[in-house]
Amino acid sequence: MTLTLKSVSKTYPDGTVALQPTELHVEPGEIVSLLGPSGCGKTTLLRIIAGLETPNAGSEVRFGDDDVTNMPVEHRKVGMVFQSYALFPNMSVKGNIAYGLKMQKLGRDAIEERVTEVIRLCQLEPYVDRRITALSGGQRQRVALARAFAPRPRILLLDEPLSALDAALRVTLREELAGLLRRFNITALFVTHDQDEAMAIADKVAVMSHGKVVQTGTPEELYRNPKTSFVAGFVGHAMQLEGQVRGSVLEMSGGRLELPRAGDDCDVYVRAEDVALDEAGPLKATVESSTFLGTHYRVGLSGLGARTIFANHAGQKSPALGSQVRVAMHPSALMLLPREDDRS
Amino acid sequence: MRPNAFVQLCFLPLIIFTLAFLALPLVRLFVSSVSGEDGWSIYWKVVTTPRYLDALLQTVFVSLAVTIAALVISTTVGLFLARNEFRGRGMILSVLTLPLAFPGVVIGFLIILLGGRQGLFNQITSGHVVFAYTMFGLFLGYLYFSIPRVLLTVMAATEKLDPALEEAARSLGAGSFHVIKDVIMPGLAPSLVAAGAIAFATAMGAFGTAFTLATNIDVLPMVIYTEFTLSANIAMAAALSVVLGLVTWLLLVIARSFSGTTAAAGG
Amino acid sequence: MKLTLPKMLQIAVTFVTCAFLLVPTLQSVLAGVTVNYFKGVSSGLTLKWIGRVWELYADSIFLSIWLAIACLVCTLIIGVPAAYGLARRPGWVSRVLEEFISLPLAIPGLALALALLQLYGSMKGFRTSWTFILAGHVLYTLPFMVRSVLAVLSVIDLKTLEEGAASLGAGPWRRFCDIVVPNAMPGILAGALTVVTLSIGEFNLTWMLHTPYLKTLPVGLADSYASMRLEVASAYTLVFFVIIVPLLMAMQWASNRAQRIAQ
Repeated sequence: MTLTLKSVSKTYPDGTVALQPTELHVEPGEIVSLLGPSGCGKTTLLRIIAGLETPNAGSEVRFGDDDVTNMPVEHRKVGMVFQSYALFPNMSVKGNIAYGLKMQKLGRDAIEERVTEVIRLCQLEPYVDRRITALSGGQRQRVALARAFAPRPRILLLDEPLSALDAALRVTLREELAGLLRRFNITALFVTHDQDEAMAIADKVAVMSHGKVVQTGTPEELYRNPKTSFVAGFVGHAMQLEGQVRGSVLEMSGGRLELPRAGDDCDVYVRAEDVALDEAGPLKATVESSTFLGTHYRVGLSGLGARTIFANHAGQKSPALGSQVRVAMHPSALMLLPREDDRS
Repeated sequence: MRPNAFVQLCFLPLIIFTLAFLALPLVRLFVSSVSGEDGWSIYWKVVTTPRYLDALLQTVFVSLAVTIAALVISTTVGLFLARNEFRGRGMILSVLTLPLAFPGVVIGFLIILLGGRQGLFNQITSGHVVFAYTMFGLFLGYLYFSIPRVLLTVMAATEKLDPALEEAARSLGAGSFHVIKDVIMPGLAPSLVAAGAIAFATAMGAFGTAFTLATNIDVLPMVIYTEFTLSANIAMAAALSVVLGLVTWLLLVIARSFSGTTAAAGG
Repeated sequence: MKLTLPKMLQIAVTFVTCAFLLVPTLQSVLAGVTVNYFKGVSSGLTLKWIGRVWELYADSIFLSIWLAIACLVCTLIIGVPAAYGLARRPGWVSRVLEEFISLPLAIPGLALALALLQLYGSMKGFRTSWTFILAGHVLYTLPFMVRSVLAVLSVIDLKTLEEGAASLGAGPWRRFCDIVVPNAMPGILAGALTVVTLSIGEFNLTWMLHTPYLKTLPVGLADSYASMRLEVASAYTLVFFVIIVPLLMAMQWASNRAQRIAQ
């Protein structure tokens, strides 16, 4: 089922604009992530698609050819996984999963068959008759997913599905969730503030900021070709290099840096993995800090501008604190992005 | 979620019932109080006629005495039960809270069994110790139904006190007396004020106990009752009810602003 | 336990208080089964007085039980949806409404009864029917039901649970039956036991609202205290204890359970 949003916006009664007019198109079977910091309107957008929030007049939400803008949530046939999971504590695992099918007034056999199928798919067999309170966080997450998926929804919506879990579990369950969603073969939209999560699970990521989708693309596109400094910073933590751009050269306090092209009116960004400690490098810097992270050192460099620039250094030894080093950045790793007056 | 007509529908039975049996009757009660021959001046009459004023003062006096006694007793017992574990503690707690559901009439009867003509004290002393139908008997009756309510409030509040505060006070060298004075009592104070207000308001309005014991004592509920049934002075009965209702309601509102919740009134 | 002076004082007060509450209760139990209370237990034990009570007051007892059940049904129908509404629509309107329906806890029953009599006293058919007393009982017990259910509902994330059910296709009525009521059950149970206990023991309102043909158990009690011999009055009180004490214990158990859940 395709999902199409046309100028969907939301203003709360107190005048707060939660969502500016937004367009979005999701192909059948595609898994799309809405990525953004808290308060960027991503959850509001998801709730509008679910029918839990009413958008402003003029908004349009379509599932395939079906205009569902004014359809109440209970008739939309969406599957929703809530941040807190919202599992019914008065029902068993099986009762929760069967609930949506019961609402469709299916026969007992049909319900039984579908529930068994979904339980097997989500590997919940050992927990079928457990009470919700007797489940771990990870198990609850799977039950929530199974419950949303069981009634064969047109679209699956997930609101921060991993945020209720502790950090260690989150990484494991991220892979598991990605696998399950692919096996479900369903159009899915999920909200997250964690770029690793978005990249690991989604086919396509829509980055949101201040109630607007600022860029949509595959994880690789967003990483390699961010269109705004916000996307560059939010996806992959790009750092801004301070200095004066003259033609295709950036003049910094630590030296002159070759740019890939002429970039007047542009800001220059780089990621820590593209900053190399290289004796032949054109820039001079002082080692300010060094943190050992197992695979590499994260070295903080001062003298390249007012702000500290970090380098991921893969060598066997960290340079001594306070020592002078030479720094190189390959022109192709530098991102030239239009200067933004209104910094977000 | 969209504005939900169903949620509004849920209020409907409540609103119909409350309008019909609470709002309108209360309005009617007030209207009755001022539509006698005295009109609005009936409220002036309440505070100037000695009989009504005496009854009012007498009721306030006995309620105040009950409140103080109930607070002292319940705090002593409540702290003892909350801070000590021993066999039979649960049993004692049951004994002390069971009277919670006894109606006022039953409590009146129990006081008669203690201090009536065939009462325990009269039998033991074989003298003439009959106090059931006096002010003291009424005081005991009110005390009987106040103790469980105040006790429950005190114990709930004691359980919420952080034991670390007491331990801290002790570690700084405070003895039992100072721990109680400087740590426990300030912690309990809001609950005690609330419980006291409830005890006071309940005693002010207690009818059942007064009905059995106060045949010769003019407390406000009995005055209202006789004005209504014997003298058929509807306006005065209504006016006194309005005064009584306002006083008890205000007290409980103040009590709630101290503690957040109030236990059951009644009696 | 180390015995210090303050502790001994505490024990003494506790003991005297227990005695004060317990002794007359035991007296009334004993008097109800003693042949002649004035002569003492040595005159022998008997069930005769209980038999008398049954002859005289069986109707009152059944009326009270019937009223309690009817009152429970009414408070369930009015109170549970109302508590749900209050939980779903918090705000100043709900607070004022809750405060208003709680008035019968603060205003003495006598005043409420007078108010009801003023308004409905002239409607003869209603005034003399048992439903008039019922209205008084519902008025008095309703706030207990509403608060008990509301206390449980306000600690569960009702809104999200309902959104979950709605996203699975459940309409408002289904959500109320499948999600709200089952999850509010501990509060409903505690509220129900409170309502029944209070309704059976209610005197202040009932005394004013009753008619000579409609006497409830506590009204009968007052009647027996005024006009019957002490043994009969005691035996009747004993019957009342037998009904009310188990209810009270069940009520306290259910309230504690609901409170634990609400924490």
